Amino acid sequence: MTTAIDVTGVVKTFGQTRALNGLNLHVEQGEIHGFLGPNGAGKSTTIRILLGLLKADSGEASLLGGDPWRDAVHLHRRLAYVPGDVDLWPNLTGGEAIDLLGRLRGGLDPDRRRRLIERFDLDPTKKGRTYSKGNRQKVAIVAALASNVELLIMDEPTAGLDPLMETVFQDFIAEAKAEGTTVLLSSHILAQVEKLCDTISIIRQGEVVQSGSLEEMRHLTRTTVQAEISEAAGALESMDGVHDFRQEDGRVTFAVDGSHLDGAVRQLSQLGVRSLVAHPPTLEELMLRHYGDELGNGESAHVDPHGATGPGAN
Amino acid sequence: MSTATMTPEARTIPAGRGHAFVGTGTMIRFMLRRDRIRIPVWILGLTAYTTGALSSYEQNYPEASDRETIADMADLPAMVAMVGNNYAPDEPYTHGLMFGHVTFLIVGVIFALMGVLLFIRHTRAEEEAGRAELIRSSVLGRHAQTTAALIVVCGTALVAGLLVSMSVGASGVDGVTMGGAYLYGMGLGLIGVVFATVAAVTAQITEYARGASGMALAVLGAAYAVRSVGDVGENFLSWLSPLHWARETRPFSDDQRAWPLLLLVVLAAVLIVVAGRLSDKRDVGAGLRPPRLGSATASPLLSSPLGLAVRLQRSSVIAWAVGLAVFGAFYGALISAADEMFDQISALEDMWAFEGASFADRWIVSFIGMLGVLAAVPAILAVQRLRSEETAGRAEPVLATAVSQTRWAASHLTVALAGSAGVIVIGGFGFGIAAAIDGRDIGYLGDSVAAAAVFIPAIWVAVGLAVALYGLVPRALGLAWIIPVYGFLVVYLGDLFGVDQSAHNLSPFGHVPELPAEDLEIAPLLIMAVIAAVLILAGLAGFRRRDLHST
Ligand SMILES: Nc1ncnc2c1ncn2[C@@H]1O[C@H](COP(=O)(O)OP(=O)(O)OP(=O)(O)O)[C@@H](O)[C@H]1O
Ligand SMILES: [Mg+2]
Repeated sequence: MTTAIDVTGVVKTFGQTRALNGLNLHVEQGEIHGFLGPNGAGKSTTIRILLGLLKADSGEASLLGGDPWRDAVHLHRRLAYVPGDVDLWPNLTGGEAIDLLGRLRGGLDPDRRRRLIERFDLDPTKKGRTYSKGNRQKVAIVAALASNVELLIMDEPTAGLDPLMETVFQDFIAEAKAEGTTVLLSSHILAQVEKLCDTISIIRQGEVVQSGSLEEMRHLTRTTVQAEISEAAGALESMDGVHDFRQEDGRVTFAVDGSHLDGAVRQLSQLGVRSLVAHPPTLEELMLRHYGDELGNGESAHVDPHGATGPGAN
Repeated sequence: MSTATMTPEARTIPAGRGHAFVGTGTMIRFMLRRDRIRIPVWILGLTAYTTGALSSYEQNYPEASDRETIADMADLPAMVAMVGNNYAPDEPYTHGLMFGHVTFLIVGVIFALMGVLLFIRHTRAEEEAGRAELIRSSVLGRHAQTTAALIVVCGTALVAGLLVSMSVGASGVDGVTMGGAYLYGMGLGLIGVVFATVAAVTAQITEYARGASGMALAVLGAAYAVRSVGDVGENFLSWLSPLHWARETRPFSDDQRAWPLLLLVVLAAVLIVVAGRLSDKRDVGAGLRPPRLGSATASPLLSSPLGLAVRLQRSSVIAWAVGLAVFGAFYGALISAADEMFDQISALEDMWAFEGASFADRWIVSFIGMLGVLAAVPAILAVQRLRSEETAGRAEPVLATAVSQTRWAASHLTVALAGSAGVIVIGGFGFGIAAAIDGRDIGYLGDSVAAAAVFIPAIWVAVGLAVALYGLVPRALGLAWIIPVYGFLVVYLGDLFGVDQSAHNLSPFGHVPELPAEDLEIAPLLIMAVIAAVLILAGLAGFRRRDLHST
């Protein structure tokens, strides 16, 4: 496999704000890569750097083997982009915007365009400003998916889509993957990421804090165990690697680090287990750990009294 | 904010009369805060400009004989068309009378401009950006935003008028009376009020801020032109224009009077009622015309960034071209009436020999000059489109396709350059056709178009400055307006306001050969074209190097 996106140590500052702080991101060709992180973490900034719309202060970025800033035009023929916040031209219809963007990229597939419009149930004759938010988003998705490209870069593409359209979107992404398209998908919809993505990167305050396949990540983190036992929990609570221990009349709940799972289960088995549920962390739990830490020592420490400016704006 | 905390009683308040105005006070405070710099700048700028003109008259024309010369000059038809006729021809031409006669209309136009621009900024522009929706959804009556904007903008105009009155009244210049100063200042303030209410009506008609201010400014242009025709032809047409009503108070003359101001008040009241009726008929964010469906596929023209730029800008460029052609035609059609008027005061002919140029030539120079400065406005607007596309996030998807920053910017730039050239030539054509028909001399047409065409390089310098600012310091893009504003106030009107000739050299418009009264000089045109090119290249290079700004 070759690398589709390779970002190493990229720093990007906006005045006082350090939006990216030595970011590393690697996406192999043909994989669907989830890009997750709290608001203001730097996802959109990373994507804009990859598109050559922003210039990195330092660090290396390569996209499909080229330099995103220098070779922008050349690279853009091979990729399509869906912005998170789509603003259409008020006096162009959705159909015109789709054709325009497709042609500017070097052409689109009319069959696929027709199929996308049909499946997404989009009226292409409406003027830009008369679309609802979800429909505006659909215009951008159709425009991106209607072209034959090697790489799709999507920044929260389905924010505002209804659940039915969400599944249509997932079908098309699966189809794209089958054709060997690489996808970088920034999203806050964890179910979507869990379903679609082969690998994920979690970004926080401008740095990737965790990256890999979901399986690997689960392994590195804690499993939640719930059990009904007939004896007193005793030593279990104080074992290495056991956290968040709770006990109420015969039920224990705790989380255990992947590396201590074996010991904990051994201990548990001696306590007269009547029922047992153990599940690996959901993506949600994985994420909240990162988001939660940030709330603990991050921005809430400097609450802006006016509450008007964005995170890190001061 | 808090429908959840609203009590049931609060939700079932009967929709009474006052209900539609709830929250007006909050909105007023919000608007004042938002414009805490802009409004004082307008007020102080207007006060300084008028009082500056008054004191320069005092300095430059100390003797009665100097002023009589000016009075004679002001009888020239071009001057009458530009600033209006002398409303007290039999009285001694005091500094005060001269000031009232020469400056009132021009300053009035600026007050009107302020009324329109400020009003649209707080109403239709907010709606277009979607911010009004957010505000309107909180506890705010349906009419609160419009009412608050009217109060703020009319208040600004009246305060500016009052400050002008007081500073002019306190100047102690001969012929200036306190009563006259109040008529002068409040007349100006009421012009601002009337045009704010004109904007209140146009803001209901179209859903685009640009269109709404464009329509209101077209009304202003018509009001100015129609009274030119009336004043030169000495007929009733002047009375169709609110600008003329305000001037009919005849400030600083012996028979000054206040009643014409009432006409302005009545007109403003009528327009407010019309605006209120229209706004009841429409939804937030919508215009009066329901949106229509369009084509499901794009035409082949819409396949390149240039195609997109043309599509986005064509209606604005066409509107400006038609507007200038019609505006020009008003003045072209006056050429023989003006000639006649000129003959009646033949004593002037010896005094104003025009260095060999004919009267008609001077007429062409004067009004094509006005069109030339006006044509810089759509030129800068076209460059500003780059910025609005960028900040609204509409540039981003285009630049994420195989279109380079430079090519994208160059396509809007092409529209700015070609469009503004087209606008001024078509404006000259409108003037020329009307002059040729009116004066029965087809030669006027060629002269007018040529006189217009030589403005192209100067207009392109304005485009160049705007592009340079856009690429290098995008936040300061508004500074490009300095070129048409300076061109209008200093180069075009400077003589009337006592500005020194040398100040002309700072403006590209000061270097345009005055065809057909002068010979065609190529050198300044070439130099301006080179300056424009250098500025454009600098801007494009800067844009390529900087980040794209998005929301
Ligand atoms: N043009 C800009 N000027 C100044 N600061 C900016 C700019 N763009 C982004 N930032 C800052 O950079 C940081 C990262 O922003 P970014 O938009 O990349 O976040 P994000 O991860 O996409 O968040 P979200 O999930 O809300 O979309 C934020 O602190 C933001 O305020
Ligand atoms: Mg984002």
